[in-house]
Amino acid sequence: MFDWRWEFVGEILPRLFRATGNTVLAALLGYGIAMVLGLVFALAQRTRFPLVNRAIREFVEFVRSTPLILQIFFAFYVGPQFGVMLSPWTAGMAAIGLHYASYLSEVYRGGIDSVPKGQWEAATSLSLSPVRTYSRIIIPQAVPPAFAGMGNYLVGIFKDTPMLSVIGVAELMHTANSIGSEYYRFLEPYTLVGLIFLAISLPTAGLLRKAEAKIRRKMGLR
Amino acid sequence: MLFIDFLKNYGPQLLKGSVTTIEQTILAATLAIMIAVAMGLMRLSRNRLVYGTATVYIEVFRGTSLLVQVYWIFFVLPLFGLTLEKFTAGFIAVGMNLGAYGAELVRGGILSVPRGQWEAATALSMSPGVRMRRIIFPQALLNMLPPWGNLLIELLKGTALVALISVTDLMFVARKINSTTYLSAQVFGTALILYYIMSRAMITPLMRWLERLMARKVGKRL
Repeated sequence: MFDWRWEFVGEILPRLFRATGNTVLAALLGYGIAMVLGLVFALAQRTRFPLVNRAIREFVEFVRSTPLILQIFFAFYVGPQFGVMLSPWTAGMAAIGLHYASYLSEVYRGGIDSVPKGQWEAATSLSLSPVRTYSRIIIPQAVPPAFAGMGNYLVGIFKDTPMLSVIGVAELMHTANSIGSEYYRFLEPYTLVGLIFLAISLPTAGLLRKAEAKIRRKMGLR
Repeated sequence: MLFIDFLKNYGPQLLKGSVTTIEQTILAATLAIMIAVAMGLMRLSRNRLVYGTATVYIEVFRGTSLLVQVYWIFFVLPLFGLTLEKFTAGFIAVGMNLGAYGAELVRGGILSVPRGQWEAATALSMSPGVRMRRIIFPQALLNMLPPWGNLLIELLKGTALVALISVTDLMFVARKINSTTYLSAQVFGTALILYYIMSRAMITPLMRWLERLMARKVGKRL
């Protein structure tokens, strides 16, 4: 019934490690997109035009309350219907980047809202331009309170990359599936994928907690 | 094809898939709540074995991907002699995963109840069981309901992954229609809207109502 074969593990491990590189790359790329796009979403909800603010808010809510996997399919299949072919990587990065951008925009919003009103007024009275106000005064102070949330979503995006396997991105899950169907053995590939995820996400979460404490100390917070 | 014709032809199938999604959500949520309460309480135990068991459970389920867990429970458990039907495997995987996240909410909620409440209950010589059930837990529940609302939306989104082990939920039906008609924008767009309706028009109002109900029960005004 239960036979774990070490030779088989040795045989497939190099393939899984190579795929881990793709998984990490997908997570980092997606997170990079999400960080930039998330900031756009957060700032676009603070414009002088209530209609724009409202529309962006609703869009963020929509993306946050629908499944990522469906968004991945949407990004991959809707393009070709209108003559735009997207590669699995492009479609996948667009979907996962957009999904996490909506989450991060909420984190940024919380961070920006936590900056005391006096800071805005002080920046205005020093007649700093809006760009300088944001880049030098507001965002540096918004980062420490936002850091924990941002860290959680970095680990989160990493754990969501297996969904990219459904459109054929050759990351860990996709490789485990191919191995499984080549050898008709699922025990080792799926278990190893789980272990690789644990081995990366647990230390990362620990490091992020340490980094958060350090940032807070540097900014003179508790 | 006009969108209205599309809805006439494929709407009933999509609605039937939605019913399965709702069933999966309700079953997974029930399981997640039971696990979260049990593991959350175990995390507060002073017994190292009890505390350790809950910690390992939570770290394993939060440290690996839901998709990995779905595949593992469906494809690997049978090798241990435990074969689950796909419908059952689906909601068990989702429930166990979200239960691990919920456990931390339960723990945090209980810790947020002021010390005086524990002391007062002890002073009235309540047994630990009665104290938890009548005094601590209701107040903890009120504190943790808002994050539970978000968690339940995550859970609903998580059920979309059971489509990958061929449970005929909304995601599965949408994929099937897409593969026969190639009307990707219509079918995935409709599915996205249906998921949005389920989270914003079902889960969010339900949680608001529960929050008000609980607030009345413990005599607080929201």
